[in-house]
Amino acid sequence: MMTQRPGTKGLIFNEPNVWDKSREGRCAISLPKADVKRAPLDAALTGDAPNLPQLSELDVVRHYTRLSQWNFGVDSGMYPLGSCTMKYNPKTNEVQAARQGFAGAHPLAGDDCSQGALRLMYDLERALAEITGFDAVTLQPAAGAHGELAGMLIIHAYHAKQGKQRSKIIIPDTAHGTNPASATLCGYKSVNLKSGPKGILEPEAVAAIMDEETAGIMITNPNTLGLFEENIKEICEIVHAKGGLVYGDGANMNAIMGVVQPGKLGIDVLHLNLHKTFSTPHGGGGPGSGPVAVNDKLKPFLPVPRVEKDLDTFKFVTDCPDSIGRLHTFYGHFGVMVKAYAYILTMGAQGLLDASRLAVLNANYIKESLKGTLNLPYDRPCMHECVFNDAKQQEYHISTMDMAKRLLDYGFHPPTVYFPLVVDGAFMVEPTETESKEDIDQFIDAVKAIAKEAQTDPEKLTAAPVLPKVTRLDEVAAARKPCLRG
Amino acid sequence: MKDINELNLPEDVKYTKDHEWAKVDGDTVTIGINDYAQDQLGEIVFVEMPAVGDSFSAEDEFGSVESVKAVSEMYMPIAGEIVAINEDLEDAPENVNEDCYQSGWIIKVKPSDPSEMDALMDKAAYLEMLKG
Repeated sequence: MMTQRPGTKGLIFNEPNVWDKSREGRCAISLPKADVKRAPLDAALTGDAPNLPQLSELDVVRHYTRLSQWNFGVDSGMYPLGSCTMKYNPKTNEVQAARQGFAGAHPLAGDDCSQGALRLMYDLERALAEITGFDAVTLQPAAGAHGELAGMLIIHAYHAKQGKQRSKIIIPDTAHGTNPASATLCGYKSVNLKSGPKGILEPEAVAAIMDEETAGIMITNPNTLGLFEENIKEICEIVHAKGGLVYGDGANMNAIMGVVQPGKLGIDVLHLNLHKTFSTPHGGGGPGSGPVAVNDKLKPFLPVPRVEKDLDTFKFVTDCPDSIGRLHTFYGHFGVMVKAYAYILTMGAQGLLDASRLAVLNANYIKESLKGTLNLPYDRPCMHECVFNDAKQQEYHISTMDMAKRLLDYGFHPPTVYFPLVVDGAFMVEPTETESKEDIDQFIDAVKAIAKEAQTDPEKLTAAPVLPKVTRLDEVAAARKPCLRG
Repeated sequence: MKDINELNLPEDVKYTKDHEWAKVDGDTVTIGINDYAQDQLGEIVFVEMPAVGDSFSAEDEFGSVESVKAVSEMYMPIAGEIVAINEDLEDAPENVNEDCYQSGWIIKVKPSDPSEMDALMDKAAYLEMLKG
């Protein structure tokens, strides 16, 4: 049985809204008395002063420190949120991104004053191209779904250039939920494709619906069940034979870095989530970044500006007539690029391969350890995540939601719940490579203890969580009657 | 969640394989989601409805229901034109959970071909389908 849970009791502070702490005239700084004559601006240039809370520096420090103590982050505990890859973000990445030359770089400084920043972008593009097996990369998209949209706009531009636009796109039930939205924004109608009994796509099913009106297919590989699409090469051939393109959703790249190059499988365009696979903060910790990699055929359609190398200097190029255009102000989320580049360089080729292997090993260890405790709908070797559900707990009227909430009391962030939709009551665990065996064992023990409580003491689950500062939220009222202003 | 024998499935409405119900009401057909669907979805927080005047074929998607767990599409049991939508659901989507056959109705349709109703399932056939 488990010796010690990570979660324990502790003094947590109440903290009011900043507006309730505000007092007229209170201020963090004392400015010296002006020793020059007042020179008021033209009234047309000024407006009312901004309405801000009035607080001392200590008020502000305590406010945010206290709120942070109510929170749960990957720096405080295991965060096995499936599909989100909440791996630890090494602090060296932050140190590099904070260097004055990067942090102080101005986007309008011009190419000649920005050679270091441009070189980093160029080298990062080359590194991502090598990791994914593609010919060219853009770093511009701001996050995963934006990368998907970029990828679909590129597919759309490709078909337009062929002189015949197509109307549909195939999206499997094991793809990421944002895929249909990206396709719809490009004017494509989504055609749903069911995965086979093994939880992966069957080539015959793709062949049955792929036609010359279909622009292509969007495949998440590994898919959202955490399974590798073993028939990917054959599926790419089927789609290509009808003139379609294959979009690869690379959000789950953390399982296959250094093992598989998607560009070599026949995929035409792929997005990456730097904030997942390449260890930059997300989930409230910082903005994302969703680079898109393409093969030579699609390179002319990449967004502008492009970074190019001319002898030993780097420059932005905008003269690309087939480009889908600009997707973001300036060049994307540069600070995130610095962190991802630092990660790739510190890990090295072998390190990235080891990261993926350990991510897969950890997920399989959890799958095997818990499959007697929770129902496992697809009992086969998984990649970086495993999907259980609450079928064994239903007789006690305990749901996935109850077990997820109870995990908080044990000191773990809950896994992803009720996704993917192909598994009813899904409980999706992605430990990532950065958790130690000891921490994973504690997590496994916690889930086993909770499954036991479901039988003997179900009220403990339905009342959970009791230890966090904020207990079970009324998610229904929040969705039905949202309060959008303070 | 409810067992199959706990479901409220009235005898006077017809059912679809996608768990909608449809009931003839004079010249129009009233449509909603059934007790099994609302129970599976859990607490519904938003109902997306078509506009009055829109026309659909049978099995077309006409809207969606969003619960805390998921968003699910709703499909037309029969072809027809939308003549009314349940505007109360904008402020009270919980009506679908509390009373899916009365205050939780979703659309009223003027059918293109009233005989399409005959192809839908009655309670016994629907229960048979649920039991698989």
